[in-house]
Amino acid sequence: MLTSILIILFLAVIIGLVLGFSSVQFKVKGDPIIEKIDSILPQTQCGQCSYPGCKPYATAIAKGEADINQCPPGGEAGVRALAELMGVEYKPLNESHGITKAKAVAFIDEDTCIGCTLCIQACPVDAILGAAKQMHTIIEKECTGCELCLPPCPVDCITMPEIKEDTENWKWKYPVYNINKTDSNKPKVSH
Amino acid sequence: MNLIDKIFKFNGGINAETKKNISTSMAVEKIEIPKKLILPLRQHIGNMPKIKVSTGDYVLKGQLIAEADGNVSAAIHAPTSGEIKSIEKLLIPHPSGLPDYCIVIAPDMKDQWIKKSSIDWKKIGLDQTIKLLLNSGIVGLGGAAFPSHLKLGLNRTNKIDTLIVNAAECEPYITCDDMLMREKSEELMKGIQLVQELLGAKETIIGIEDNKPEALDKINFYINKKSSITAKVVPTIYPSGDAKRLIYLINGIKIPKQKRAAEYGIQMFNVATIIAIYRFINFGEPSLSRIVTITGNLHKPRNYEVLFGTSLKDLIKKSGGQINKNNTFIMGGPMMGFKLPSIDISVTKTMNCVISAEQDMIEEKNEPLPCIRCSKCAEACPVELQPQELFWFSKSDQFEKAQNYNLFDCIECGCCSYVCPSNIPLVQFYRYAKSEIIADNIAKEEAGIARDRNDFRILRLEREKKERAERNAKRKLESSSNDKSKLIEEKRAEIAAALGRINKDEKIK
Repeated sequence: MLTSILIILFLAVIIGLVLGFSSVQFKVKGDPIIEKIDSILPQTQCGQCSYPGCKPYATAIAKGEADINQCPPGGEAGVRALAELMGVEYKPLNESHGITKAKAVAFIDEDTCIGCTLCIQACPVDAILGAAKQMHTIIEKECTGCELCLPPCPVDCITMPEIKEDTENWKWKYPVYNINKTDSNKPKVSH
Repeated sequence: MNLIDKIFKFNGGINAETKKNISTSMAVEKIEIPKKLILPLRQHIGNMPKIKVSTGDYVLKGQLIAEADGNVSAAIHAPTSGEIKSIEKLLIPHPSGLPDYCIVIAPDMKDQWIKKSSIDWKKIGLDQTIKLLLNSGIVGLGGAAFPSHLKLGLNRTNKIDTLIVNAAECEPYITCDDMLMREKSEELMKGIQLVQELLGAKETIIGIEDNKPEALDKINFYINKKSSITAKVVPTIYPSGDAKRLIYLINGIKIPKQKRAAEYGIQMFNVATIIAIYRFINFGEPSLSRIVTITGNLHKPRNYEVLFGTSLKDLIKKSGGQINKNNTFIMGGPMMGFKLPSIDISVTKTMNCVISAEQDMIEEKNEPLPCIRCSKCAEACPVELQPQELFWFSKSDQFEKAQNYNLFDCIECGCCSYVCPSNIPLVQFYRYAKSEIIADNIAKEEAGIARDRNDFRILRLEREKKERAERNAKRKLESSSNDKSKLIEEKRAEIAAALGRINKDEKIK
């Protein structure tokens, strides 16, 4: 009787120690599902999903508050990836949040810019360089094309030119080949 | 020495008609300086070089006009003396047919050199020599255009035992390396000795296909039994000239995927690259010209030694024009090359061969039929991949699966497409899948940067908010303990006292 109690106690202590140690040692920081969703999102930080950025949208999806089809920059491929991750059915993009556009970067017409810094405050990735009453310019490499700088500009000097295809970003196209017409006079081979 | 004579045959490969004799009947013709030279900035793998001249500048032959940007880049030099006419976007030899930045030079026909000086590499040391090579403009002239200084510098971490000289030239039609070996064998042998010393390699093996007996004779003339240089004849099987295939043919070493030959003590250079390195070290001449094969459906197919930037159109005119006028030209070989969108382009470092298309190259092949899983492609694949599976995954955009089936090991040699009984353009599918995956990875990388910047911004805004709140609190605290405010309070008290007195007086009255 006593030995069995002792054995059970001993086991309890050992298992308790192991569990306690591993809960400290292998503690998962943050919610891994949010990280996973966030890694699928395009990080445009445009807020078209009605959340203030990609991370908040990811959090909302994880909580089940937001649908998976609210991210226009992610496009169809993004929705499909999210559907697969969340184990839900694919659904087409909800167009009330906007439509998928070709990737663009902001461009400031430096002759018109008055240096008001409003766009700098709006930029979610700090991709605009400038100071009060000084000309502003876009750091092209850092710009995500979120268009958040467009509305605050009082002189409408920001445009969003599409990124043109050049020899660096050019891609081989999906092979398309002609399908020959079948000759109707030819006797058909019967199977 | 039994190993030396043994050939390790790789899987598959094909035996296509070589058609090399079309362009080997005449000696290499040196083309005089043209009236205009167009030098694209993007002629190699890696970063675009930085322009060092501006319009109107006078440049001397061999002068640096664009400097290597970072380590994975190559410089560009003026091929002759003259004036910089313009820097603009012009058509370049690229499958996209899109224009890119070019430097246009109007030669003054004096062909005046800058001050050339040979490099005493033993005196200045290897590190310094490699730094100099970074701006020599030398890239692999076999067609891949990989900056050569990287290959020479790699032996600092890996000890190189064997230098393999790639003289296989396995693609049909191309003969520029063959002609180079026939005509410049002495220079080549001196170059091999130099590169072997630079690498610190013990031996050199020249891998040459058995369809080049003239070139082999020339090379054998310089090889004596005592020397550390040997020539090894490999059978004519396409693609024997691929680096890993040639290493296997010669040494029987299979370099695993994602590993470099250097990790196995082997480094490989093309014959033309070796001569370029030799001329740079011994005479101080940067990479200014190359031999290019202009062949196929032409009246006078032949090899030309041309300055980079020379018009391709002029070379084709010089070769008598097309016999059968179909206006279709292929750059590179018929297996791996691509159709040139235009011939209004110039000769670059990568241009080893231009083929005027024969009728059977442009005729619409029979309509591609469904894959019947005959696995002929797998039998032909020299990399031992499963092309039929890769085709299926690429066609249906299942890129992750394609990568699991080692899509990126594919060398795009075209053996699978060549043997496919259903006429499926397999390589085109692989190229499509590869470029989609690469673009996807770049987008992921950019997204990562955007995420970090956004996180930092949020952090920054919070920090600023906190700092502002702290500042305000501090100010409040300061103002309460300030002498000045004490003074004001004392004054206020005095005023209150005075007012009190007045009120008292009034009450008395």
